Amino acid sequence: MKLDFVIRGSDFINAGEASSGTKKALTRLGISPKAIKRAAIAMYEAELNAVIHAGGGNAEVEIFSDHVQIRVIDNGPGIPDVELAMQEGWSTAPDIAREMGFGAGMGLPNIKKNSNDMSIETEIGHGTTLTIMIRF
Amino acid sequence: MKLIDCAEVLQAEVLVPVADMEIDIKVACGADLMSDVMAFACSSNEMMLTGLVNPQTIRTAEMMDVKVVVFVRGKVPGDQMLDLARDKNICVMSTPLPMFTACGLLHDAGIKGKGE
Repeated sequence: MKLDFVIRGSDFINAGEASSGTKKALTRLGISPKAIKRAAIAMYEAELNAVIHAGGGNAEVEIFSDHVQIRVIDNGPGIPDVELAMQEGWSTAPDIAREMGFGAGMGLPNIKKNSNDMSIETEIGHGTTLTIMIRF
Repeated sequence: MKLIDCAEVLQAEVLVPVADMEIDIKVACGADLMSDVMAFACSSNEMMLTGLVNPQTIRTAEMMDVKVVVFVRGKVPGDQMLDLARDKNICVMSTPLPMFTACGLLHDAGIKGKGE
């Protein structure tokens, strides 16, 4: 099964709809609640990153028999230092994200914690593609 | 502890009820930082107490399988947030109590936190 979502930048009203749709699809398929929760948390963090930092983007979700692959693709500014971005507490989030309760610098580390595999392809000025795999 | 009894302990107004107000609540967390709820909160939180009023509070609750969101310090979310909670089948309450007192009363009544 393949799902595609559009993520709108700076839209804090609808941010999370892609992750919600994915969670619903996994639930309908009878995937284990623990795996669903890990996928929902990881995707929600990734979706928020696209909303907060990249002016939005797209999410492509592919559900296989034993895992789900989630790709969040944006055309934002890219991540200058991935190693630094992976450190807990490091954040470049603007005030609006902090007002929403985010921007504590836990996003990427939390995605890694909840996924079986995570990769980041990023190019300054061109964007970032985050790929997450969660086994059921 | 039954959800309806939690509301009484918190002197809370139920803004969005759920079909079964007698569900058993065992674990709760209190936080204004949703990043921390996502990263550190107990894996089985059933109730989240917060003073942060925006739609992402409900979204975070949805992702974390939180069944009940309690707004402390008398905060009352707007209709848009309440509609979102209804759509996600998440119970919403508002208590006039501050966070510390609300968490303390629930803990005294037997609700546990992470690691207990």
